[in-house]
Amino acid sequence: MEKRVTFRGWLLPLLLIAPQVIISAVFFFYPAGQAIWQSLFIPDPFGLSMQYVGLGNFEFLLSDPFYRASFVTTAIFSILVTLCSMIPALFLAVLADRLIKGSGVYRTLLIWPYAVAPAVAGVLWLFMFNTRVGVVSWYLGQLGYDWNHVLNGGEAMGLVVVASAWGRISYNFLFFFAALQAVPKSVIEAAAIDGARFWRRFWTIVLPLLSPTTFFLLVVNIVYAFFETFGVIHTITAGGPQQTTTILVYKVFSDGFVGQDLGSSSAQSVILLIVVGLLTVVQFKFIEKRVHY
Amino acid sequence: MKKSLIGALAVSTILSPLAAMAQTEVQFWHAFTGRLGELVAAQVEEFNASQSDYVVVQSHKGNYSETLNAGIAAFRASEQPHILMVFEVGTATMMSAKGATKPVFEVMAESGATFDPDAYIGAVKGYYTTTDGDMLSLPFNSSTPVLWVNRNAFEAAGVDPDTDLSTWQNVGETLDALKAGGSECPLVTAWQSWIHLENFSAYHDVPFASQDNGFAGLDTELQLNGEAQVAHLTAMGEWAQDGKFIYTGRRNEGGANFRAGECALFTESSAGYAGIKAEAEFDFDVRPLPYWEGVGSGPQNTIIGGASLWVMEGHEAEEYKGVGEFLAFLSSSDIQAQWHQDTGYLPITAEAGDATRAAGFYDENPGTDIAVIQMTANEPTANSKGLRLGSFDQIRGIIDEELEAIWAGDKSAQEAMDSAKERGDALLRRFETANR
Repeated sequence: MEKRVTFRGWLLPLLLIAPQVIISAVFFFYPAGQAIWQSLFIPDPFGLSMQYVGLGNFEFLLSDPFYRASFVTTAIFSILVTLCSMIPALFLAVLADRLIKGSGVYRTLLIWPYAVAPAVAGVLWLFMFNTRVGVVSWYLGQLGYDWNHVLNGGEAMGLVVVASAWGRISYNFLFFFAALQAVPKSVIEAAAIDGARFWRRFWTIVLPLLSPTTFFLLVVNIVYAFFETFGVIHTITAGGPQQTTTILVYKVFSDGFVGQDLGSSSAQSVILLIVVGLLTVVQFKFIEKRVHY
Repeated sequence: MKKSLIGALAVSTILSPLAAMAQTEVQFWHAFTGRLGELVAAQVEEFNASQSDYVVVQSHKGNYSETLNAGIAAFRASEQPHILMVFEVGTATMMSAKGATKPVFEVMAESGATFDPDAYIGAVKGYYTTTDGDMLSLPFNSSTPVLWVNRNAFEAAGVDPDTDLSTWQNVGETLDALKAGGSECPLVTAWQSWIHLENFSAYHDVPFASQDNGFAGLDTELQLNGEAQVAHLTAMGEWAQDGKFIYTGRRNEGGANFRAGECALFTESSAGYAGIKAEAEFDFDVRPLPYWEGVGSGPQNTIIGGASLWVMEGHEAEEYKGVGEFLAFLSSSDIQAQWHQDTGYLPITAEAGDATRAAGFYDENPGTDIAVIQMTANEPTANSKGLRLGSFDQIRGIIDEELEAIWAGDKSAQEAMDSAKERGDALLRRFETANR
């Protein structure tokens, strides 16, 4: 039988959950409700009048091939950012874990990029790859490769992925490093005595023991790729060329705050709300099952 | 700049403590940085020093789009400035925002400042005036596209820099010669949609959009996929494929390439003058924008780009008096003539243009009057009065995307412009709904 704590009366329990409920209501339910309400209208930019259009905003969006393509773009972008920020981080953490001396310095140096704001990181990378004055594009030119992310969608995508993933490597590194330190040495030593080499120990012992951290980072990084990268995209490509780097959240931002089309922007937020809800369910239903705590 | 502003304040405070107490503040948000930012700051300082009743406080709010958005966001939060600089693309948005803006003719009438609507150049004023002739916003910086020539780059490629470049046919042949002569960047452009579609259409007297380019009503549709436009973009697309036209970006990124001396030809606003004159270490020329011989009946007139000053609703009458005084100051002949000569922007009054000519400026700086001549050469037709389209900033974004598809060789000019029309029309219908 499960042990349950019961309260006598209603007042105390209500009081105890009140802060959480109030915060959720003010900062989540109210804005989400507003977004749903506004998605039914086309307002003018100044907020002077609104025209009720029912589901017109959704119809307008879903009939736009560029908007539909943006779902695929978002999926590709999120997967790439997550992989590009987690795999190098794990690699670096494993290396740092094997260091005996000087790991403190190494660790500190690796954390630096995390302190750079996404928009600034975007500008830094843009400078390196600038088609006119960029260092990297100049070297590529010397090698005979004509870099032009202004016109080439693949190159533009690569650049925003790298710029977005770069700062996250530090963050992921910290978590992986801490998790590696927590792997019991006795288990590893026992395996070593049994004759398991490094890679075998890594695959069969370390990686499974890291799975809670990996799962946590997976969720956090996907959320990051979804919601916090529009600064990078805005500074590097502004969604171009031909919308090949327009992810869903960037479109919400650019339609709403650059294009002043708040109706469409709200409708996109509502669609995004549904997408993220589904994504969370999938993550916890299917992936979490494979996590060992 | 900030220091000098504080300095000016301090001086005026010491000189007239009582008057300073009663000074009314007028907020002015603009989109200028660099040299242009300094020139605006200087104008504001001069105004503040010229009288003691009002203080204009200027602040930079980002590029054109960002400034407009800052103004809109501020209005929604009831913290709007008195004067907001809005680029020509945002004109239709501002015109539809009745209740958010206070028409300039009204401000001027109420403030009692000197104001003669007839003093302004028609081609400039027309853009910001209702069909009844009421001026809604004050033209501030207006320019029109011209062709900039790097004479040294021509000589380096063994091409005569005095070649006739008045038609695109000639430009095409010249580009071949430049390329053959080893030029890595024969042609570069700024503001591709503005120059190669919007101005192109006006210059060849073909419609860019129905309903007189949007002047006659909100139920307008894009017509930029017409025969003339497609032919021009097809040629440009071929030049891009052959490395004769180098694409650098949607705004004026190409200016850096041209000013560094890398490019031979540059289609850019006449207001590129301030930057090119300051930075170019080569001999340059200004030529009229080329046209296609045989399309239409010779060059019509080009249209303006740039910005105007909108007065925002929701302030005190006393403050509007200050706004009126400031706008009258900006329109005065001396200030305008100076602005025109410093920046390459068009003079907004005929008087300022005459004063510039009388001072011998055009003789000393050949080519600086080309923009004025090009704009005022012919009486504007329904196709060349300007553009008044809602959501135009977003539509330009769409056009930019489609043009990039042409330059990259992904789409033919016809496919790209058909798609731009379809996508742009959808936004025009939304704008029509929002402002019904």
